[in-house]
Amino acid sequence: MTARLTARDLTLAYGDRVVSTKLTVDVPDGAFTAIVGPNACGKSTLLRSFVRLLQPVSGVVHFDGQDVTAYRPKSLARRLGFLPQTATAPEAIAVQHLVARGRYPHQTFLSTWSDADEAATSAAMAAAGVADLAHRPVESLSGGQRQRVWVAMVLAQETPYLLLDEPTTYLDITHQYQLLSLLSRLRDEGRTVITVLHDINQAARYADHLIALRDGAIAAEGPPSEILTPALIDAVFDLPCRIIPDPHTHTPLIIPTL
Amino acid sequence: MSALVVRAGRVAVRMERRAVVTAAALTVVACGLALLGLCQGATWYTPGEVLAALTGRGGGTLVITEWRMPRVCAALVFGAALGVAGAVFQNLTRNALGSPDIIGLDAGSYTGALAVITLVGGTSLQLALGSVAGGLAAAGVVYALSVKSGLSGMRLIVVGIAVNAMLTALNGWIVLRAELEVAIAATGWSAGSLNGLDWDEVALPFALIGVLLALLGVLSHAVHQAALGDELAVTSGVDLRRLRLLLVLVGVGCTAVVTSAAGPIVFVALAAPQIGRRLAGSAGVPFVPAALTGAVLLLAADLAAQTLLAPVALPVGVVTTAIGGAYLIWLLIKEAKKP
Repeated sequence: MTARLTARDLTLAYGDRVVSTKLTVDVPDGAFTAIVGPNACGKSTLLRSFVRLLQPVSGVVHFDGQDVTAYRPKSLARRLGFLPQTATAPEAIAVQHLVARGRYPHQTFLSTWSDADEAATSAAMAAAGVADLAHRPVESLSGGQRQRVWVAMVLAQETPYLLLDEPTTYLDITHQYQLLSLLSRLRDEGRTVITVLHDINQAARYADHLIALRDGAIAAEGPPSEILTPALIDAVFDLPCRIIPDPHTHTPLIIPTL
Repeated sequence: MSALVVRAGRVAVRMERRAVVTAAALTVVACGLALLGLCQGATWYTPGEVLAALTGRGGGTLVITEWRMPRVCAALVFGAALGVAGAVFQNLTRNALGSPDIIGLDAGSYTGALAVITLVGGTSLQLALGSVAGGLAAAGVVYALSVKSGLSGMRLIVVGIAVNAMLTALNGWIVLRAELEVAIAATGWSAGSLNGLDWDEVALPFALIGVLLALLGVLSHAVHQAALGDELAVTSGVDLRRLRLLLVLVGVGCTAVVTSAAGPIVFVALAAPQIGRRLAGSAGVPFVPAALTGAVLLLAADLAAQTLLAPVALPVGVVTTAIGGAYLIWLLIKEAKKP
């Protein structure tokens, strides 16, 4: 397992409230990694520290051996793309213009729009399945369409790494699975996907690598089929359960026995 | 909304069509008002005579190019600078009330300029520097007193209004204590006036405003990106802290330079960005419509100031205060109704 994105001895806090202490994580390159855990266990906090939205109190996040805080802003943004949990589109913006904003780290003061930008924007909209919405105002779209537009924007950023904070939260079940399938397709095409997921069964089904957090510390990490046990689920979520193979995908399926 | 892509060699820029049309229309209005400004005065010259004078022919050359022209140009450039300063701070505070004239930056700049005049006499460079220092100090005080609630929010506005009141009182005190000639000059200037400006007095302010607007031009792409919200701005490569610092510098700089040359002309910075925003129909508070609207507003106000009680020329600040005051009351009522 190789890792380009690593965290060493991270202590993360919002003001006085310490979320994690001495956290060390390696994110496997080229894999689909899901971060799971109960509410307020520090999942999003960890993800935010990767893209330096949160400055660690101590410890360091490295990408390709270099401290992420040492990168120039645009340089890091060409490597790590991030989709926050809630994003608000500027008023009245059309889909294609919002997606085009993902090109920002590739643009310079002199050239704010190039053929490469045009191509990447079109490709991103096609990949996320929003090409036919290109001219629509973002605010006129349904929640599922909107989320795919945001994903398209991050795709247009053309980063080898995609980090997403609970991208399925506001979606209905069909759109949830469509989005997760899109993410695993992107992984198949060579991107590294790191996402916070709420639904442990979805994480078990789609992720190659799980990071289970409890109270800001890592309870277990590894491939879902190896680490998911009733004991772990109980330790992380306080939920008694059975685990059976999913009849469709043969990945672990958690059946609560509460 | 349709977009235009304009290319010139390696330079390529995307623009919204409506914003381009609005900008063109405002430019035409500004040119029309400028022509009117050159025609009217103690003697009326026809547009034909004005155009002849501008090319160095005809009778009114001295009056038009040396007396009226600097004033008209000053109204346009200072109006644009004030509009931009207002747009910068309304963007930073995300509040239509977050304008430099409301939150005490004009008053702070004026304090700086008054201090320079009373203490060292003051060349126009010293005045400009004193103004910038005063404006930055006022911005620092407002920021320090409201930092807990962040840059946006009503607290910053309320603190700013209080700072504005205190600085206005301080300015009054400085003028009272000053020597008679200084006090007379300062009083005429305190309302904000373009009366009697000549090329020598406006050259340096024009150059400084040019530099500040060029800097803003360089920053505009990042400002546009920052409209996605702090998180996406950062993760798509905007250096937000540096951007905000430079924007404060541009905003305070524009306000202070205008104040050092013409005194505190209030309400243009408050109203121009909002009017421009509505005309351009765009999201956020864009700079180009704000600048053009500011230029048109200040020039129109100055023309009104010269003609309303002619032959007595009012300070333009009296006109902008009268019009803008009504607008401010409306805006305050609207903001207070917000949950």
